[in-house]
Amino acid sequence: MTSVTMTVNGKAVTRDIEPRMLLSTFLREELGLTGTHVGCDTSQCGCCVVHVDGDSVKSCTALAVQFDGASVTTIEGLGQNGTLHPMQEAFRENHGLQCGFCTTGMIMSSVDLVKKAKEQGITIDEHYVREGLEGNICRCTGYHNIVKAVIAGAQAM
Amino acid sequence: MATNGIGSSVKRKEDLRFITGSGRYTDDIQLPHQAYACFVRSPHAHATIGSIDRSAAEAMPGVLGVFTGEDVAADGLGGLICGWMVKSKDGSPMKAGPHPILAHGKVRYVGDHVAVVVAETLQQARDAAEAVIVDYGVLPAAVDVAKTHDSGIEIHTDIPNNLVYDWEIGDKAATDAAFANAKHVTRVELINNRLVPNAMEPRAALGHYDAGMDAYTLYTTSQNPHVARLVISAFVGIAPEHKLTVIAPDVGGGFGSKIFIYAEECVCLWASKKVRRPVKWTADRTEAFLSDAHGRDHVSVAEMAMDENGQFLALRVNTKANMGAYLSTFSSCIPTYLYATLLAGQYKTPAIYCDVQAYYTNTAPVDAYRGAGRPEATYLLETLVEECAKDMQLDPAEIRRRNFIPKDAFPYQTPVALQYDTGDYEPCLDKALELADYAGFPERRRQSEAKGKLRGIGFSAYIEACGIAPSAVIGSLGAGVGLWESAKVRFSHTGKVQVLTGTHSHGQGHETTFAQLVASKLGVAYEDVDVIHGDTSKTTVGMGTYGSRSLAVGGEALVKACDKVIAKGKKIAAHLLEASEQDIVFQDGNFSVAGTDRSKSIGEIVFAALVPHNYPPGLEPGMEETAYYDPANFTYPSGVYICELEVDPDSGVVEIQKFTAVDDFGNVINPMIVEGQVHGGLAQGIGQALLENAVYDESGQLISASYMDYTMPRADDLPSFVVHTTAGTACTHNSLGVKGCGEAGAIGSPPAVMNAVADAIGTRISMPATPEKVWRALQKTQLAQAAE
Repeated sequence: MTSVTMTVNGKAVTRDIEPRMLLSTFLREELGLTGTHVGCDTSQCGCCVVHVDGDSVKSCTALAVQFDGASVTTIEGLGQNGTLHPMQEAFRENHGLQCGFCTTGMIMSSVDLVKKAKEQGITIDEHYVREGLEGNICRCTGYHNIVKAVIAGAQAM
Repeated sequence: MATNGIGSSVKRKEDLRFITGSGRYTDDIQLPHQAYACFVRSPHAHATIGSIDRSAAEAMPGVLGVFTGEDVAADGLGGLICGWMVKSKDGSPMKAGPHPILAHGKVRYVGDHVAVVVAETLQQARDAAEAVIVDYGVLPAAVDVAKTHDSGIEIHTDIPNNLVYDWEIGDKAATDAAFANAKHVTRVELINNRLVPNAMEPRAALGHYDAGMDAYTLYTTSQNPHVARLVISAFVGIAPEHKLTVIAPDVGGGFGSKIFIYAEECVCLWASKKVRRPVKWTADRTEAFLSDAHGRDHVSVAEMAMDENGQFLALRVNTKANMGAYLSTFSSCIPTYLYATLLAGQYKTPAIYCDVQAYYTNTAPVDAYRGAGRPEATYLLETLVEECAKDMQLDPAEIRRRNFIPKDAFPYQTPVALQYDTGDYEPCLDKALELADYAGFPERRRQSEAKGKLRGIGFSAYIEACGIAPSAVIGSLGAGVGLWESAKVRFSHTGKVQVLTGTHSHGQGHETTFAQLVASKLGVAYEDVDVIHGDTSKTTVGMGTYGSRSLAVGGEALVKACDKVIAKGKKIAAHLLEASEQDIVFQDGNFSVAGTDRSKSIGEIVFAALVPHNYPPGLEPGMEETAYYDPANFTYPSGVYICELEVDPDSGVVEIQKFTAVDDFGNVINPMIVEGQVHGGLAQGIGQALLENAVYDESGQLISASYMDYTMPRADDLPSFVVHTTAGTACTHNSLGVKGCGEAGAIGSPPAVMNAVADAIGTRISMPATPEKVWRALQKTQLAQAAE
């Protein structure tokens, strides 16, 4: 067993874990943060995306011990003080979700995508969003309303 | 119209929990002292099982038990069943081999369940599963549906040629006669590629045996928990039905694949009693690829007989359908009653004959996947129609228009059993032509050519049979269950409403649509209606969600329950208002004495029913009404889809430029949700046409068993869609006038895409139209042209 300490959604946590434990398992099983989903185990689908020190990371193919000392934000920590993040609100307003399973990872990826675009002065249009979300698979929506949601969320961010 | 009422695009009630990560999917549930299961799966497509040595696994840390098919047999359990009896041409029943929940004596596909290890942690279960030693006697495998008949390989004992059934529909003599007299015959050979449904939430199960209560609870990723309860109790025999609760909590997509009863959920429930601990299993994605029921996989020949004007005279079809290694829950009806009955499409073809041979192969079971038979019928028919247009030198829109069933011919009896209650096909075609700017296509094609690109346009006019299903009809066709739906509407003292439905929502937004419906019918606030589904201990009975049935059948049951509430309310109002029951009218949530200003709100009536101090003598207190609805017919959504795309001849890459979908769904409760359903269906249909393919090699290994190998549609593979839902024709046999919308996109889109590809490259290729396939087809064409 190995001790790992990180800040998750603003709170310091320490756990003794098996070194082979994935970050997604750590969040879901050790911390009960089940909003992070596992859809493929191979970094392909993006259901498990969280933010580590401000960057999006696919937590199903990263070991928890890699992130000792890091600051992790999950979907549960995205909203502040009980209000929704503008991207969460945009997904609801634009019917950017159906079954909800990919949604949490999709929102986490979208927030990072928009943040990076704004930092780099990139125009957030349909092409940019579609290319940028290539690492997140949704089987329900056909992406049509997700793209609308991300563009709307970007404007509100 | 109220802002939350019928016809309004209300934002979904369920979204808050999903966007905040508070959804509760099966794998999110943790029971005290829960243990974990890992399945030992066959690495071979076909093999005998000799000895299974579990001693090393049993001795490993944390292992609570290792169980095999021998243990299942020793406990006297039954197997999984196929609930639809299809008969062959000669009247003989289909041949269903045994389907044990853990393989016994033999494995029949890669991924077949051989043993289960239950341990304290998932890692311990996985480690120990690797230590289970199975002595396999490898046998040759039959994989290709076109070759299994003559392979000499026996997959199930005493099922010759691996033939499940040889079935037919339609008038063969009349069809053959029409062909004999036809001026022209167009023929196509088609493969409908095998797909893996790929709901983003992998299947999962958590079984719990409560020894104190001698009761079982199964949490599972199901589209129909009540049918799971029925099969697990009545056929597998793990628990009596009254001692078994099945809960399908939030379910992350289904698309058909979660209709069926699977081995793993049965094993978790059974093993829970053996180890006296809750037992959880969650598929990883490769397990899902290997063991979820797959979809499609047909090989067909289709011919259309025409007169000199391109009028369809007769359609003749032969299809070979791959059923996989075992018959899954509804598999037998997919390539028969949900396929060949749709071959009339939107056309008045007077004679149709289809025969279908269904075969076992050493591959995963094949069953319903979004559309289930109807996409296969539509792909076949709409490919053939487009080829007919080409052969007759007719515009593809014109040949369709020429053969449409005219508006005044409804109700229309097709030659393949179904009677379409209503439809009007030309307005959808006209609207699609307008939205797609068909008139401007030649100019756009010239512009593409100037850039060195090949541009194509393709059509598809689909019909589907939804609202599954009228019980008497399907019963006469071999179904083992009735497909009615149940609903309950119950009020509390404060006028709040709980709605219980036997349908299940796994992305469709029932919590919203059904609340809109009940709020509208009863005149209560939308916010005061809560929809409950997916728990057999709450909703007594139900038949689940598939076949675009939830609103057309489950919604109509809700209407009937609301009608009962109103009828009882009138009795109470008559008493309170000292009027005759016949004089009470109900409107907008108020019971009034006709022609007066005397009225009582539904809240007051409900309060009187629950605090019956002043109440009609002899009337039962309470306000809780249950209704069942069994539809009189299927519903028949229809539409016209047009795909326009560009091909890069240097790379073979296909890029969809515009996809136009015009659908007649009858009346619509929530247009936002309906359009979302179309978008998702389109993505799956376009995925089938351009990207997705489940590939087994000759030895029966699934070589597309991860997202690195199976190409899922991603955001940058698709355009935004042009979706238009017409008011169209309301269903004539349910009071809501609704038809269903969940499968249309996946049914209508593949032929539109493939017709456009054929139009662009001048030759027809099979799905999926990958860059390699397109490029090779173009090279072949160019070589042929150079040789001329």
